[in-house]
Amino acid sequence: MEDLKVRIARIQIENVNFYYGSNHVLKNVNLHIYENKVTAIIGPSGCGKSTLIRLFNRMNDLVPVSHVEGTILLDGKDINAPGVDVVDIRRRVGMVFQKPNPFPKSIYDNLAYGLRINGINDKGTIEQKVTESLKRAALWDEVKDRLNDSALRLSGGQQQRLCIARCLAVEPEVILFDEPCASLDPISTKKIEELIQELEKYYTIIIVTHNMQQAARVSDYTAFMYLGELIEFGTTEKLFTVPRDKRTEDYITGKFG
Amino acid sequence: MRRFKDSIYKWIFTALAFASLIFLLGIVIVLFREALPALKTTGFLDLVFGKSWYPTYSPPEFGILPLILASLWVTAGAMAVCVPLGVGSALYLHELASNRQKAILKPAIELLASIPSIVFGFFGMVVVAPFLQETFNLPTGLTAFTASLILGIMAIPTIASIAEDALSYVPPSFKEASYALGANRWQTLTQVVIPAAGSGISTAIILGMSRAVGETMTVLMVAGGAAVIPHSFFEPVRPMTSTIAAEMGEAATGSPHYAALFAIGLILFLITLVFNIVAEIISKRYRMKLGLSR
Repeated sequence: MEDLKVRIARIQIENVNFYYGSNHVLKNVNLHIYENKVTAIIGPSGCGKSTLIRLFNRMNDLVPVSHVEGTILLDGKDINAPGVDVVDIRRRVGMVFQKPNPFPKSIYDNLAYGLRINGINDKGTIEQKVTESLKRAALWDEVKDRLNDSALRLSGGQQQRLCIARCLAVEPEVILFDEPCASLDPISTKKIEELIQELEKYYTIIIVTHNMQQAARVSDYTAFMYLGELIEFGTTEKLFTVPRDKRTEDYITGKFG
Repeated sequence: MRRFKDSIYKWIFTALAFASLIFLLGIVIVLFREALPALKTTGFLDLVFGKSWYPTYSPPEFGILPLILASLWVTAGAMAVCVPLGVGSALYLHELASNRQKAILKPAIELLASIPSIVFGFFGMVVVAPFLQETFNLPTGLTAFTASLILGIMAIPTIASIAEDALSYVPPSFKEASYALGANRWQTLTQVVIPAAGSGISTAIILGMSRAVGETMTVLMVAGGAAVIPHSFFEPVRPMTSTIAAEMGEAATGSPHYAALFAIGLILFLITLVFNIVAEIISKRYRMKLGLSR
């Protein structure tokens, strides 16, 4: 594991506070996300970890009566600054959700949709990107003969890999995984984990997970959150073997959760 | 004792549940029985495609094509009014309206449904018809157009509320997925939400249609009542429902005229039956598409 300081931070979160109505959900969070690494965010339910990653692609814009303070820099530029195009942010920062959510369209159209809305209409280009994305998401061999079937006919694990492929098709730089295996069986989970480690070569990855073993298996860095605060951040190895904070230690040893 | 009670309840509720089936069968049987003489003497095809409706001439003529066409014209016109307004309201309510606007608009639309049809007819006769007569310089303001307009307004609540339900059944996760890919609100609405709710919206439109086809009192009051094949929207027409309502009182029980009116009722029933079956099939397909059932 490399030392923290020499890595280039892709996303910098500085003094971020998030309020939902009068609820103070995130409290003064500071965090750096490094390029081409997997960063896991762990913590008990309701600690704000999903809320935090939803700030990175501004999905929280859709939440009424909420507001954010502090700065979130993507490659040094504030994503909440006036004049920043949210569409551009969401194209650069893709997201995979907790429950597989393919559109009720064909497998092909699920992937083509993201390309079309981003202005790519050339059939050849779309076809090529659909193929590439499915291959990269390790789904191609299973679906290549039935691209026109409804995506809803796929199994849960296949649907989640389709959602990953759909996200890859628009060529993001960062991918957010919000508990991607929460609704999957162990075999599908294993496939997704292997895929995440494979994708690390090309993308900066952030994964929120409930599952500490999963964080330990797939991530290079881990952040531990508790009650809206970021308690500890470090390389996964150090955080799990020599935690600095008592609360981190209690959580990873299973004293609460 | 307890078991006895249980079985009594079971029988009562079974009987209640089957009551509607019995009513349905009873109505169908009566319709057929009473319409049968007309079907026998005039013949089904001559009845449906006969061009003149002169029930009191001698010999009488029972061609109901003018009435069927009148119903279809008025329904088509009503659709032109209520589909854009109804679906538009549903989209607005679902997508754009603030909670406060919703709190006002939804009850207002539902209230529109609770206005008795005779009041709509009255409104058409007293306000709309004279206005149209003057503006377009027509011999009478009671025309297919007037009926379409009023029926269209009457069908808005049906379409708006069913279409809104269909939109709200679209899982929010579809929208999230679309936004996360960089889609804007318009793209998400037109390419994800509406296609996903499409069959539900079609169901809404078909049910609105069967509401318009079956409406009686309003068309009786505002459609003008001329049983001739219509050539323009600005002529008086006589749809099937209003023919039955207007003439049943004068037709002697058991007379050919009486049987012909029942035949109209039968055809009307078949038309709405087809609408409802189509709506049911579409909505079932839609639920399966979203994975909501079986």
